[in-house]
Amino acid sequence: MSQHSAAAVIRGRPAAPGARRRATTDGQLGALLLFLPPALLLFTLFVVLPIGEAAWYSGFNWNGFGSPTRWIGFDNYRFVFDTRGFGIAFRNNLLIIAVSLVVQLPLALTLALLLADKFRGSVALRMLFFLPYVLAEVATGLIFSFIYDGNYGLLASVYRMFGAEAPHLLASPQTSMLAILIVVVWKYFGFHMMLFIAALQGMDRNLVEAARIDGASRWQVLRHVVIPLLYPTIRLSVFFAVVGSLQLFDLVMPLTRGGPADSSNTMVSFLYNNGVSRMRVGYGSAIGVILFLICVTFAITYKRWFMRDE
Amino acid sequence: MRFLTKLALAAAGLTLTLGTASAQTTVRWLHLEQNPAQVKIWEEVVRRFEARNAGVKVEMQFLENEAYKAKLPTVLQSRDRPHILYSWAGGVLKAQIEAGVLEDITTGVGDYKNKLSAGAVEAFTINGKLYGLPYNVSQVGFMYNKDLFAKAAIDASAIKSWDDLLAAVKTLKAAGITPIAVGGQDKWPLHFYWTHLAVRLGGKPAFEAALKGQNGGFEGETFLKAGELMKQLVDLEPFQTGFLGFKNQQALGYFGDGKAAMNLAISHHSATQRALAADKKGITEDKLGWIDFPMPAGGKGKPSDTLGGVNGWIITKGAPKEAVEFVKFFISDEVQRDLAKQNFIIPTFKGAEAALSAAFMQNVARNIAASQYHQNFYDQDLGPSVGRVVNDATAEIAGGSMTPKQAAKAIQDAFKQGN
Repeated sequence: MSQHSAAAVIRGRPAAPGARRRATTDGQLGALLLFLPPALLLFTLFVVLPIGEAAWYSGFNWNGFGSPTRWIGFDNYRFVFDTRGFGIAFRNNLLIIAVSLVVQLPLALTLALLLADKFRGSVALRMLFFLPYVLAEVATGLIFSFIYDGNYGLLASVYRMFGAEAPHLLASPQTSMLAILIVVVWKYFGFHMMLFIAALQGMDRNLVEAARIDGASRWQVLRHVVIPLLYPTIRLSVFFAVVGSLQLFDLVMPLTRGGPADSSNTMVSFLYNNGVSRMRVGYGSAIGVILFLICVTFAITYKRWFMRDE
Repeated sequence: MRFLTKLALAAAGLTLTLGTASAQTTVRWLHLEQNPAQVKIWEEVVRRFEARNAGVKVEMQFLENEAYKAKLPTVLQSRDRPHILYSWAGGVLKAQIEAGVLEDITTGVGDYKNKLSAGAVEAFTINGKLYGLPYNVSQVGFMYNKDLFAKAAIDASAIKSWDDLLAAVKTLKAAGITPIAVGGQDKWPLHFYWTHLAVRLGGKPAFEAALKGQNGGFEGETFLKAGELMKQLVDLEPFQTGFLGFKNQQALGYFGDGKAAMNLAISHHSATQRALAADKKGITEDKLGWIDFPMPAGGKGKPSDTLGGVNGWIITKGAPKEAVEFVKFFISDEVQRDLAKQNFIIPTFKGAEAALSAAFMQNVARNIAASQYHQNFYDQDLGPSVGRVVNDATAEIAGGSMTPKQAAKAIQDAFKQGN
């Protein structure tokens, strides 16, 4: 529950300051009174209350039946940090963030630069690259579990073409995370590419032309004009990539369910495997609260430091 | 197109629910059965029951296994909870009874329980009160492919001890045959090895002592030894390549395709492997054999002890008395015989096992009848939390990422933390 809440908090934030400013400047107190209560009510009901509840439950040893009675203080948090799997899950989340930033974003940016101009086939190519993003996460996971299958999968037949024995990527703790990272990059680079294309098309072409006339090479135009103009979009894209990485769950479940030996759990799949499916509501809530704190800390810091101007 | 179908189904569902509103009593029944052939029989049972009891309507609801387990606490505490629920007995059942969400049906059932297998009824009796009725039992043991055993020149009936099994695995490997298919991603197929070894090594006294925390609990000698023996098997690399990425269904299909010689299975998987094989025929009745789980040297358990499940129906608090009547009808001689005739289940109604038509299932039924200690699956018996740790830890022994000692410690730690 709370990982969704965290997302809602983050998504909810950008709109708030702007809305307030407009309302006060226009002096439309009426509109404020009309529109704010429903939003505030929904926000409280589905975000603030569940977070509060999770925090409350995290102090109990409770299996979800009746009401919680066995108060154990911060023991659940201690249990979480004592579990080897949680450390691995946390490390995996960091790994996903790193790969998103180092592999996925540059790939998306490069493709955007190539496809932003109109030429024959550019729209078709854009659609092609964007398609994986449209696919449902669970469907993607299932498709790739077939591709990776070491006996019948696509990968296995490719290996066989070269006369080699296919590896079972999902069955080994060493490669399971690699397999998931490949799917993550494949699935989400199209989304970031679209963000960049939109920004490139909205860009003032005169600046590029001016640089050209001043004798800048293609590379210099790119390096000193286009990319600096893309900074706001890049910052936004990084934000989405990080928050998305922290919440990754539905791709993991059909592929590996976090295994083998916890090697491919993310924090959210760890929460599901250890909290929900074991009916340890208190323990699960503690993980949820930790995840929420990480998300909020990141969101606020990032906004403060990198997205101040927007 | 699919959206339209769904819409039509939803509309049909709506009219159905509206239809039920006119009946005097509606019994809501939540089940997990995925095999369409079996569900068809059940629907027929519902129709027969409704025909005999005017004014009673039985509404079948379905949830997938894992989804059911995750939703159960919420479902049980809602006002619209189903009246009849699926149960594996064990620790989960105890937690539900403690929470007071189940109905005591001791008087409602009355003497009827005497018509069912006593050991199975026992699983649903807590503190002398009856909370549900068992409808099938199962046993864990090795299914084997007779053709592949013949190819490697192994006599399956001679496999009695753990060392015999290890020797057979070596012979199969030498003959170029994958000895065992296992669904390692689901983990519970791997926990059978550890659990059954513990049942053989320590028998009932060892398990009961561990529950009381005696003899070092689950870190004690019996359970440590179970892990070490399991490790002996794992070290021979008996499983198919990439077994940690296989779900149980895939592994059953793999066995059904004749690609592995054995599978440590729940008895009714003999039917499932057929449905999951590529040709939908799988290993046919005459090619399919059964090996009782072998006895390790120095084991204190009886060779007749069995590991397996007891599945039944529990009644939730406030359910109408018709719910109990329906469960009694569902576990009546005629219905049990119908299901047994097609070898879907080992029935609990005394005498209904005579209807089993496959020699394979008849043998299992005899085993269970002769067993004086039928251990429920650990992952059910120990409750959801400790049970899952058993699954995790044993899968890690198989994957080589935990030593038997670490695994036993992980299980004991979880047991001490409780649910």
